[in-house]
Amino acid sequence: MISAVGLRKAFGDFEAVRGIDVEVRRGEAFGFLGPNGAGKSSTMRMIAAVSPVTSGSLRILGRDPAEDGPAIRARLGVCPQEDTLDTELTVRDNLVVYGRYFGIPRSEVARRADELLEFVQLAERGKAKVESLSGGMKRRLTIARSLINRPDLLLLDEPTTGLDPQARHVLWDRLFRLKQQGVTLVLTTHYMDEAEQLCDRLVVMDKGLIVAEGSPLELIRGHSTREVAELRFGVGEHEALAAKVEDLGERVEVLPDRLLVYSDDGEEVIARVHERGLSPVAVLVRRSTLEDVFLRLTGRTLVD
Amino acid sequence: MATVPGVAQPRPTPSALAATRILLYRNYLSYRAAWYIFLTGFLEPVFYLFSIGVGVGRLIDSFEFNGETIGYAAFVAPGMLAASAMNGAVLDSTFNFFFKLKFEKLYDQILATPMSTLDVARGELAWSLLRGGIYSFGFLGVMAGMGLVSSWWAVLALPATLLVGFAFAGAAMALTTYMRSWQDFEYVSLATMPMFLFSATFFPVTAFPGVLRWLVEATPLYRSVVLCRELTTGALSWDSAVSVVYLVAMGVVGLLVARRRLDALLLT
Ligand SMILES: Nc1ncnc2c1ncn2[C@@H]1O[C@H](COP(=O)(O)OP(=O)(O)OP(=O)(O)O)[C@@H](O)[C@H]1O
Ligand SMILES: [Mg+2]
Repeated sequence: MISAVGLRKAFGDFEAVRGIDVEVRRGEAFGFLGPNGAGKSSTMRMIAAVSPVTSGSLRILGRDPAEDGPAIRARLGVCPQEDTLDTELTVRDNLVVYGRYFGIPRSEVARRADELLEFVQLAERGKAKVESLSGGMKRRLTIARSLINRPDLLLLDEPTTGLDPQARHVLWDRLFRLKQQGVTLVLTTHYMDEAEQLCDRLVVMDKGLIVAEGSPLELIRGHSTREVAELRFGVGEHEALAAKVEDLGERVEVLPDRLLVYSDDGEEVIARVHERGLSPVAVLVRRSTLEDVFLRLTGRTLVD
Repeated sequence: MATVPGVAQPRPTPSALAATRILLYRNYLSYRAAWYIFLTGFLEPVFYLFSIGVGVGRLIDSFEFNGETIGYAAFVAPGMLAASAMNGAVLDSTFNFFFKLKFEKLYDQILATPMSTLDVARGELAWSLLRGGIYSFGFLGVMAGMGLVSSWWAVLALPATLLVGFAFAGAAMALTTYMRSWQDFEYVSLATMPMFLFSATFFPVTAFPGVLRWLVEATPLYRSVVLCRELTTGALSWDSAVSVVYLVAMGVVGLLVARRRLDALLLT
């Protein structure tokens, strides 16, 4: 569905994407993870065929975006990072008019609009002005809009940012169903639970490059230990105490509010910490998650 | 198993005409709630016609234009017709266009669909024309009702005002793409206001000495006024032909520049 080789994007002197290779197959859910400014949105915009490629090759749905932009976009659903709703129109007209941009016949688009309003739980707000919606409702409308043309490839740039937990779960459920219907999903996210839930495969981007690639499980196995011991000490003590527990695991990460000791046996780490006369305020042993992979690879937490 | 990507089946995408129609429909929806804005745009030249053409016209006996004697109101009316076509086009193509481009991000939204920057430029231009055309049609009706139309050539005045709208809308859209903030719109009034007052709208161009007259004759509003006046009075000359060529060129260049600028601004 998407095939990029040596893909680059420069804005003036600044290179936002510095040569990435990506292969997305039909029917899979593919994720881009990365800290702010990693180049995720820049990549998504190139895939959406609205941002010209600086160099490298990119094919979407078997076509070249520089040549066949309209034909590609006709089959894409796009949910941009920033809502670009039509604030002069009502909620329902946003869907209807957007569908008309795709050349979908009026009666058909009206039917789909009602269906999608139902799906994003905005049916009662159909006649309202967009401005009167809350941030999360606008997001839901943007997502509904991206589905109006029944896309083969759905591009979601941070789809659930600003949604409440219930709305997120509803959306995940719907995305999962779309995937089962054969829609290919490409999404960026800052939420590791979202990436773990939805993505078959993902890449971690940092400073315009891909630093790791694989399924969530593969990434965790390859870049982290089985377990993590979290140690919480007093405020400001973490930096100093890190040296004292360094040898207890494969690796130690210092966060502002806790120490993370990576080891295959977390309980063992805790026992040794106590043996050394250290008394953390709180301890927790858990399995490694994508969050840990992310921290390892980019030196940053996912949601900062 | 590696799946074959396969070339996408083409889906029908809107033709240029359909794309224009959709943008017109979108603009119609957004204006439906604000019809009174439409009305004020129509009334402005009518008020000028009554105050200056009829009111001030009482003080002026008659007038010679291209060798024909006409009343002052009949002289001023086509000027107002051209000016209203200009104003209608410029309003939509500057303020509204800027708002949609920079604040509402409407075109970012549209470009995510099969529509192109040319579709956007064309569609917005068509909207300006439609709006200007409705004004001009109404104004021509008022002129005819007041007996200020003295020739069958006036039938061509409506397409002429569309041409005027096309020229100004194209140029205004192109210039608007270079604007950075609302302050820059001072330049719009700075350009249109003197043109409105001095482009042979209220008095003949012969009142200007030498170089100044050439200058006035080269302004787009003067070309528009001449065209409209020659058509509504029936006193045609080559000046009209010059105007047609001038206005077509202005609109086409404006449209092409606007389209290129949209590419540069939006497809980054
Ligand atoms: N139009 C532009 N002009 C200049 N620089 C840009 C432009 N768009 C993006 N950039 C720069 O490119 C870099 C990557 O931006 P991008 O939006 O792709 O990051 P991101 O991974 O989506 O980040 P976030 O998680 O904050 O959304 C940033 O440093 C940004 O400042
Ligand atoms: Mg982004």
